[in-house]
Amino acid sequence: MPESVSNITAQMPRAKLAGLLLFFLGPAVAIYSLFSIYPLVATMALSTYTSDPSGGRHFVGLANFQTLLGDALWSKPFWNAFGNNLIFFAVHMCVQNPIGIALAGLLSLPGLRLKGFYRTVMFLPTMLSVVIVGFSWNLILSPLWGVASGALKAVGLGSLFAPWLGLESSALVTLSLISVWQFVGIPMMLIYAALLNIPDELIDAARVDGLGHFRIFFHIKLPLVLPTISLVSVLTFVANFNAFDLIYSVKGALAGPNFATDILGTFFYRTFFGNQLQLGNPTMGSAVATVMFFIILVGLCLYLFLVQRRIRRFAF
Amino acid sequence: MTAEQRARSLGVHLVLIAYSLLAVGPILLVVMNSFKTRSAIFGSPLAPPDATTFSLVGYEKVFRSSHILTYYSNSLIVTLVSMALVLLFGAMAAWALTEYRFRGSTALALFLSIGIMVPIRLGSVAILNMMRSAGLNDTLTALILVYVAQGLPMSIFILSEFIQQIPKDLRDAARCDGVPETRIFFEVVAPLLRPAIATVAVFTIVPIWNDLWFPLILTSSDSTHTVTLGVQQFLGQYITDWNSVLAALSMAILPVVVIYVILSRQLIAGLTSGAVK
Repeated sequence: MPESVSNITAQMPRAKLAGLLLFFLGPAVAIYSLFSIYPLVATMALSTYTSDPSGGRHFVGLANFQTLLGDALWSKPFWNAFGNNLIFFAVHMCVQNPIGIALAGLLSLPGLRLKGFYRTVMFLPTMLSVVIVGFSWNLILSPLWGVASGALKAVGLGSLFAPWLGLESSALVTLSLISVWQFVGIPMMLIYAALLNIPDELIDAARVDGLGHFRIFFHIKLPLVLPTISLVSVLTFVANFNAFDLIYSVKGALAGPNFATDILGTFFYRTFFGNQLQLGNPTMGSAVATVMFFIILVGLCLYLFLVQRRIRRFAF
Repeated sequence: MTAEQRARSLGVHLVLIAYSLLAVGPILLVVMNSFKTRSAIFGSPLAPPDATTFSLVGYEKVFRSSHILTYYSNSLIVTLVSMALVLLFGAMAAWALTEYRFRGSTALALFLSIGIMVPIRLGSVAILNMMRSAGLNDTLTALILVYVAQGLPMSIFILSEFIQQIPKDLRDAARCDGVPETRIFFEVVAPLLRPAIATVAVFTIVPIWNDLWFPLILTSSDSTHTVTLGVQQFLGQYITDWNSVLAALSMAILPVVVIYVILSRQLIAGLTSGAVK
């Protein structure tokens, strides 16, 4: 952007410019490099070492990854966590995005009253800590308290109630839905903002052509906010494959029942920090973190190269 | 308004009210029951507390058996100091990146944007090692350093957008008067960035207040726990004492809700301002 740089700064003596850059960029670049980039690189480096009981470290190349993916003792829990993580992500994509789109669509209706009130209320759960949300739902769904079973009974569906969080078959989906309940505010807000940015002329033209509300929404508005929807999807992907707090606070580090709710975040924590079943292992922990890094990287690349490029090609 | 339009608008409101209830119902339920006696919590969970069922026994227990006030002050210190540094260093870096032309600026901007997408959590093993060898293990300083590093990329990204919107003439006029660059930034540009604070807050400050991971990894004593971790551990310990559990949850919820309600207009404006498109 040459025009945003004024002539005066362009003609500045080099030494003066260097001094200014050091002053303005120094603190941010130093803290960021030291406490964000360096640890990521150092963790990857550490994943190629192993430690012996005396505390010494030996370089082992990719042996940790071989163990993680090849030794059944490690690979079984790893693939279990990975599979669960995929389900966790799939539930978000299939439930969170449609609800977010629907709510954003309703909120962006012209002339809607109480808009601000609805927005504020519906975004509230997103502001709370995952720990608090997880635990609150844990109480509400608990058969001990009986709020959820009572509510179902009141509408004649009492027989449907089960201790969902405790059952191996339903715990993971229930936790995913709790997470969806909390974070649906983010797609709602981002898509809402994108819908507001659509030029009025476009909508008016469609209306003149005789299109109804629903067809305008599905044929005109929705395709125009697709870039936002894919951004939301990639944000969800990164957040899901790095999630930890919810499972840990509701189910503990062992992600019960019988590891049915174990995802990569909790698997990483157990490997690195240890728990009742095993001692903490920093080098294997680093290997797990490195694998998680590459999973997230693959997701990001798919987004950048496939989705982004496609959208650009079809934009207007 | 025709009858059909009225019916449609009623339908829209019904859906939005239903979803609003779903969104705040669980929170209300927890807070409401935290003010009730144990028998009322179980006997009539949906009823608000009245004269006979009102009780603060849970809150008394939380104050007596946990260091909740220490947790609050720790969270406050960590969040406020991190926020100040994220805003200050973020604005300075955003200014340099948008205002000065220099070789490698694009590469530097790319380098800084890695942190927006890649979670710093994946570097935890090395962060813990570093903090241990620097003697910062179990200190609030360690948390602040990590959170500043975590928040900077997003804040630089958001603040750059704001700085680009500031009219060029403003800073060039100051330059012609011979005002030094640092004073242009601190006295002309920085005050204009005030509206950006809400946006930065949503994306970087709220996650800091709510974070469980780094306090769990980096702090080990009660004196350095934050609210999120302190309450989490308290809940685990007193899981069968419903009064205390509900009170502890409410104490973690209420400050956030109060601040959110006061600032919600700015926060939501910040979220929808187009900083993320």
